[in-house]
Amino acid sequence: MTDIRKLLTQRILVIDGAMGTMIQRHRLDEADYRGERFRDWHKDVKGNNDLLSITKPDLIEAIHREYLEAGADIIETNTFSSTSIAQADYDMQDLAYELNLASAACARRAADDYTKKDPSKPRFVAGAIGPLNKTLSLSPDVNNPGFRAVSFDEVEQAYAEQVRGLVDGGVDILLIETIFDTLNAKAAIRAIKKYFRDSGKQELPIMISGTITDASGRTLSGQTLEAFYHSIVHARPLSVGLNCALGAQEMRPHIEELSELATCFTSAYPNAGLPNAFGEYDEQPHDTAHIIEEWAKEGFVNIVGGCCGTTPDHIRCIAAAVAKCKPRPLPEPAKAETAEL
Amino acid sequence: MKEINSYLCLSGLEPLVIRPETNFVNVGERTNVTGSKKFARLIREGLYEEALSVARQQVESGAQVLDVNMDDALLDGVSAMTNFLNLLQSEPDIARIPIMIDSSKFEIIEAGLKCVQGKCIVNSISLKEGEEKFIEQANICKDFGAAVIVMAFDEAGQADTRTRKVEICRRAYRILTEKVGYYPQDIIFDPNIFAIATGIEEHNNYALDFIEATRDIKRLMPLVKVSGGVSNVSFSFRGNDHVREAIHSVFLFHAIRAGMDMGIVNAGQLVVYDEIEPRLKELCEDVILNRNNEHNEATEKLIAFAETVRAKGKETVKDESWRQAPVEKRIEHALINGITDYIDQDTEEARVAYPRPLDVIEGPLMDGMNIVGDLFGSGKMFLPQVVKSARVMKRAVAVLTPYIEQEKLDQKNNPASETQADKGPGKILLATVKGDVHDIGKNIVGVVLGCNGYDIIDLGVMVPADKILAEAKKQQVDMIGLSGLITPSLDEMVHIAREMKRQGMSIPLLIGGATTSRTHTAVRIAPEYDQGVVHVLDASRSVTVAGSLLNPAQRKPFLDAVQDEYEKLKSDFDNRKTIRQQIAYGQAAQNPSLINWDTFNPVAPAFTGTRVFESIDVAVLRQYIDWQPFFIAWEMHGKFPQILTDELIGREATKLYEDASSMLDQIISEQWLQARAVIGFWPANRVAPDTVQLDDEGRLTQLEFLRQQAKKAAGQPNLSLADFISPTGKAVDHIGAFSVTIQGMDVHIRRFEAAHDDYRKIMLQALGDRLVEACAEWLHREVRIKHWGYAPDENLNNDELIREAYSGIRPAPGYPACPDHTEKIKLFRLLGGEEATGISLTESLAMHPASSICGWYFAHPESKYFGVGKIGVDQLQDYAKRKGMDEEEARRWLRPVLED
Repeated sequence: MTDIRKLLTQRILVIDGAMGTMIQRHRLDEADYRGERFRDWHKDVKGNNDLLSITKPDLIEAIHREYLEAGADIIETNTFSSTSIAQADYDMQDLAYELNLASAACARRAADDYTKKDPSKPRFVAGAIGPLNKTLSLSPDVNNPGFRAVSFDEVEQAYAEQVRGLVDGGVDILLIETIFDTLNAKAAIRAIKKYFRDSGKQELPIMISGTITDASGRTLSGQTLEAFYHSIVHARPLSVGLNCALGAQEMRPHIEELSELATCFTSAYPNAGLPNAFGEYDEQPHDTAHIIEEWAKEGFVNIVGGCCGTTPDHIRCIAAAVAKCKPRPLPEPAKAETAEL
Repeated sequence: MKEINSYLCLSGLEPLVIRPETNFVNVGERTNVTGSKKFARLIREGLYEEALSVARQQVESGAQVLDVNMDDALLDGVSAMTNFLNLLQSEPDIARIPIMIDSSKFEIIEAGLKCVQGKCIVNSISLKEGEEKFIEQANICKDFGAAVIVMAFDEAGQADTRTRKVEICRRAYRILTEKVGYYPQDIIFDPNIFAIATGIEEHNNYALDFIEATRDIKRLMPLVKVSGGVSNVSFSFRGNDHVREAIHSVFLFHAIRAGMDMGIVNAGQLVVYDEIEPRLKELCEDVILNRNNEHNEATEKLIAFAETVRAKGKETVKDESWRQAPVEKRIEHALINGITDYIDQDTEEARVAYPRPLDVIEGPLMDGMNIVGDLFGSGKMFLPQVVKSARVMKRAVAVLTPYIEQEKLDQKNNPASETQADKGPGKILLATVKGDVHDIGKNIVGVVLGCNGYDIIDLGVMVPADKILAEAKKQQVDMIGLSGLITPSLDEMVHIAREMKRQGMSIPLLIGGATTSRTHTAVRIAPEYDQGVVHVLDASRSVTVAGSLLNPAQRKPFLDAVQDEYEKLKSDFDNRKTIRQQIAYGQAAQNPSLINWDTFNPVAPAFTGTRVFESIDVAVLRQYIDWQPFFIAWEMHGKFPQILTDELIGREATKLYEDASSMLDQIISEQWLQARAVIGFWPANRVAPDTVQLDDEGRLTQLEFLRQQAKKAAGQPNLSLADFISPTGKAVDHIGAFSVTIQGMDVHIRRFEAAHDDYRKIMLQALGDRLVEACAEWLHREVRIKHWGYAPDENLNNDELIREAYSGIRPAPGYPACPDHTEKIKLFRLLGGEEATGISLTESLAMHPASSICGWYFAHPESKYFGVGKIGVDQLQDYAKRKGMDEEEARRWLRPVLED
């Protein structure tokens, strides 16, 4: 397979846009989500988008194809909530491994197809590892700040299961994304490192993408961007970046700061603006693309794409806008610092 | 193209990048239970919110990194670290800076790493236990992205020479960078700073060794950082801050130039290098750089110089000039310095000079003791010194007593001349409650209160409630202080509070002793008695409490404040949201420690039944003493032997240690004490989840154990001691039991009491406690090597024994792994009762004499100490049924571990 590292020194790569927005367009009902297999499931499952990789794999694969058609180099698996902890909302914790396996397979089929069609533009599958609905640095009970709803070991275990499913399903990259609590991300990193160390398999590249929640410039768990970066860089990631919560406009100062800091590649996939009064994203594709193009020209980024509210049209515009831009060069380590042991 | 430098980058909520121009990073060290008494107390009492304020204050005073250490024998370090760090994360003004997770136990480090989102420093790992362990621990640190401090310590010990320091650091560096894959900038070396100018020539090069090693390390491994504990270097000059500060400054000047990056040092106390007077600076440089130091020449010059500096101050050493002062000043000096040499003659001189003997007590003696009380209260004197002062006081009072008695007689015969009877500052009754025999702490409280002028009535140990109350009324005391060490004593205290209420008493009740707590007092005792119940944490605290209660103006506001506080504590307790989640007992029993018994071949002991050891050689036991608890008994907290060289208390700790050593010499040469032990082994198997059945020559005995009921992470067992014995159907296993006791204390204690020598009395009691622990340690080793013989090749030094590096455990009934005291009855019956063991059990199942220990032996290599924690009513019921005990009675014995 083509070395993604080499490719990243040659051009800016494009990652896909929102999965949820695309699924919504199909206005699926409870029965669609359940499919035949979960017809009698004891809990409502509508909204469990990850489940569709099992019950409607063709639909998910079709969405992947739309993004690939739009020019995405990297597509994300439909596994944002495919952990035993997140699936417990639907009492589907036991399906976590299978969900990851199935989602990876959907993305793999679509990506391989496109690579075959045009081997000069290889496509990559990134296994999406989401943030969980429970956090390790924050107490859900304001009166009891020392309390934690979940333990580090439990989070690490849940992620370990997800990683195993994704790797078995054949992903090329592992993407820890939408990180609002760095400690959750550290549990995911530990799960990944341990999985590869214990299995003896070749470690896959890791992409890490944090979320700056508002104008304070901090993560939800309170870290500044630089503090966040130092806290996760031990993963030796392929890239570090930002996604979600902000539109491209608001994300600019942060991605600029990150590009100064990062010794690895950088990524950014903002939302389609900020939500309007109806909670909908209405930033137009060329607007988003325009801002991202400016980042690219400034040399801030190596991987760009979209998060909430973005569509294949956004990705098409973004891909076109950055096609001719040079990727951000990796900084060189300062000289004369090699040990003479 | 942009360059990115490989600096050490740390983070809390905010980043900390250590650049070459950073100069020196200050590490805040007060959130360390081994270094800060206050912090240790707050953590031990579970006052985490207040403990956070210690952290906050560190940040506010400029700490760039916060060192957190929970290494305390009395703490569950893992949960203390977890709780504290979790709470700390919700305080943005503290969580701002990076955390240094500091522990000698790696499991505590790992627990800490699981709580902190930022990039931490781990303090520390080393090659002490070999390469494999080092790599394993380094890998875990790396998974969490932590920077690591590596001590220059390897299998052969701590490095003292430049060559060894560099050699070990290079080896560690190679392993970390090549085998573990550490970034060099995430490695921090601590090449050990040792004391110089000790008078021993081999030590003269220690500072230079560190500086040169630092230079070598930074040259060979430019990206790593170097750290160290600076105050060690000037230890020989403790007490002379002027010289110490100069040494620190000069040392840091050279060490930082050689590449030292960070360290634990009190930055506020550093003099500016350029402002050190030239002569002193030159001498410091000679000593630090070991120049002009043939035959300790430079050392001696600096010592001579230090003496001139010291003479400028008020302190005089080995100076008899105080004998020239007036008698009041001489008495004051003797009290403050604990000198008994002249007290008899000085007291006599004062008696002659003053109108009445009582005037001597109320005049110069009380004045002197007030100064002692103030110095102790402000932390300028330590408990052993205060106890020595009390000894001087008692000697002086003994000189005066016959005259006072005579005066009383004269007054009786001549009532007309009766002067107004002075009411003293207050009478306090102290007692260790019924069923409990431990009284070192109570004795210390008595001495300290006595030093502050209170009249102490000490009823001793095992005192029933009615006797305490009757005596309190008869003597018209102003308050009652109760003490206890074992858990059943808590109930007895509740009982006494109820009785006080029933009898309509109105004096305050003070609660103290190792097993008591502010929370227990607030929740269980205070509601029973409404005339004032106050928990007193330690001897130094007792003085202010007594003072407030006896001052008519302060008494009510003080009691009101305490009551408010306790009511809040109680309501917090009642409303607290339990973090811990319990599972059903049946479910817990399904999740035992999984030991593969099919592959395990239990070793049979050399004999079954019991064996008695009489007159064990105390000189041998001495080698096994763990000194740290000895210092804690004297309210001096710190690790041994480091405590002897501690900046603040080292001097007094050393004196105390010397006194203890010379008493031990005497104990041994004059055969004061006898150590006696009994051990026994019996074939045993687990017959039910928490029941072990043993066979004592055909008589079957069932031992009942309790099981953890807290919800565990997946893969973590709910432990019970029964798990460590093989089940029926597998190979026959064994269980052992032991008791040890130190006999012969009483006669000497009475002797010291007669001589008004509390210092030696408490010293002997504290040593008795240490010797019985040492005896248990020695005996366990004999058992492992010989009598049970499951570890015949064991070869551990005393440090390793103290750290429980051996295989197998010896838990005692009534302690966390098996909290039911009543199983002790079976244990003693098996060992042959009082006749064989020399120990009797009180109604609360405390052992008498107090310096006694008993416990079970478990040999399985996976057996370990743990706390059962809180159990549910379901387990209580099952347990009572198994024991054939009434549920109410079981509830009474197990109350401390029952889920509320």
